[in-house]
Amino acid sequence: MSKQIAIRDAYGEALLELGKKNEKIVALEADVGASTKSILFGEVFPDRYFNVGISEFNMVAMAAGFAQEGFIPFVNTFAVFMTTRASDPIQSLIAYDKLNVKMAGTYAGLSDSYDGASHQAITDIAFVRSIPNMTVISVSDAVETKKAVEAIAEYDGPVYLRLSRAPAPVIFDENYDFQIGKGVELRTGKDVAIIATGTILHNALKAAELLEEEGIEATVINIHTIKPIDEEIIINAARLTGAVLTVEEHSIYGGLGSAVAEVLSQNYPTPVDFVGATTFAESGDYDELLEKYGYGARTIADKAKQLINRK
Amino acid sequence: MTKERKKELQDLCLKFRHDLIDILHSIQTGHPGGSLSCTEIVTTLYFEKMNIDPKDPQKEGRDRFILSKGHACPMLYLNLAERGFFPKEDLKHLRQTDSHLQGHPCFHKTPGVELSTGPLGMGLSAGLGMALGEKLKKTDAKIYVLLGDGEIQEGGIWEAAMAASKFKADNLIAILDYNGVQLDGTLEEIMPLGDVASKFESFGWNVLHCDGHDVESVSAAIDKAKESTDKPSMIIARTVKGKGISFMEGKNTWHGKPISDEEYKMAKAELGGGN
Repeated sequence: MSKQIAIRDAYGEALLELGKKNEKIVALEADVGASTKSILFGEVFPDRYFNVGISEFNMVAMAAGFAQEGFIPFVNTFAVFMTTRASDPIQSLIAYDKLNVKMAGTYAGLSDSYDGASHQAITDIAFVRSIPNMTVISVSDAVETKKAVEAIAEYDGPVYLRLSRAPAPVIFDENYDFQIGKGVELRTGKDVAIIATGTILHNALKAAELLEEEGIEATVINIHTIKPIDEEIIINAARLTGAVLTVEEHSIYGGLGSAVAEVLSQNYPTPVDFVGATTFAESGDYDELLEKYGYGARTIADKAKQLINRK
Repeated sequence: MTKERKKELQDLCLKFRHDLIDILHSIQTGHPGGSLSCTEIVTTLYFEKMNIDPKDPQKEGRDRFILSKGHACPMLYLNLAERGFFPKEDLKHLRQTDSHLQGHPCFHKTPGVELSTGPLGMGLSAGLGMALGEKLKKTDAKIYVLLGDGEIQEGGIWEAAMAASKFKADNLIAILDYNGVQLDGTLEEIMPLGDVASKFESFGWNVLHCDGHDVESVSAAIDKAKESTDKPSMIIARTVKGKGISFMEGKNTWHGKPISDEEYKMAKAELGGGN
């Protein structure tokens, strides 16, 4: 297996590097800095680091104030708390006025596995995606994380950045050309398209390998920008394969799968199926939970085969 | 404050009350009660205290005002128009389709509005972010946040109160429009605040008091707040909801109610003078 790097470590280091290059970067934290790794920034730039304690609502609303002063605030906490407890300032301050705030929600999907369903974020994409003016990015490996942090700092406007807790295999190399709004085709095959986001992309790639062993050719696409979504790459994949399976560590209602289905139903109606959450999960080993809740490579491959039969 | 200056500001407040009643009667929507209770506070800020330049609304180092109790925005708009941020003719289109004057303050539509507000309880946190931003930029700017008394029932206010104290935001000046009445009734009936001065003092704030309908008292309290070191300031301004129009005073039913033709005539007669 390829080298593994935790997304949160990659994020913390990228934020620190950004802080060295741009003195307009400030970071806000709600008492989980050792977990989000925003602490790496805070140790070097204590004057630009604001740990507000356990007050996510206050933290995100404060970030709106910093943005109005011309700073670029990166707000850090668990994805589940960011998008529930701070939902009000995200929607009515930051998105409404298109403020230049970057909301980094970590421990997304089931990645905070042992803490249980209360700490696992499976509704965050649905919320932020439904808000006008929001850009929504979900990263799959350490390289993409670093490139995404750089790109969203350059972009002027509100961004939700979805990060995993878990160590993840490194898929991309340093030459990877990350562009907000551009999907990435990692494999091309004519039988079925698997469209994934986040670290679970790795299982989508493994599923494609399993399918290949059975003589089925799968396209695999990484959608790191869920909003605005790359319609062209999705429509082209549907044209080529006639069957699209989405994979995300998130509810199948309102996330990547819904976004892909919206694109296809309006542009190129195609059979679509979804790998994602329909229930709360539980505490346990991360890989065991992924298997149990339907995110294993074998499960994805089997679902792809069933979908092909619907063509 | 000289007597002449005080008279000028009082006259301006009276004019704003007249204009407010004219506009809200004309459009048959909006919030008279809370607009009338903050008239002297907002007018003192915009015409006596704040370092702002309507010709250069984004000037670096300017003072900023956040109307956290966003429903009182008619009074904010009257002040902004009078200061020249936008034409006074715009005021008659308040709350109407295609107007830049929204039912609650909107930063990206209305010149001079520093932050969108409306959902209560967020202005103090955002003001703290601005205050800390000004500190990073090493300016002398002050950030003023006007809070409703009902509004501070929101939990976020107390998160911000703790944080402002921790970060020593002495350039943050909050003013509490303490009129004692909220939408559904009096604060005592709905959710009493208890000893609000002691609460903020125990959170580490510099707490001051003033008569919120006396421009000289408001002005003096702001001057004291500006001298605070290390502590954010909370000015508790005693006010009357619906101030100036007897049948509206202290009545929760006038939080947001259309003004009938008969009520309009009575209100205008009571205000007298001015226009």
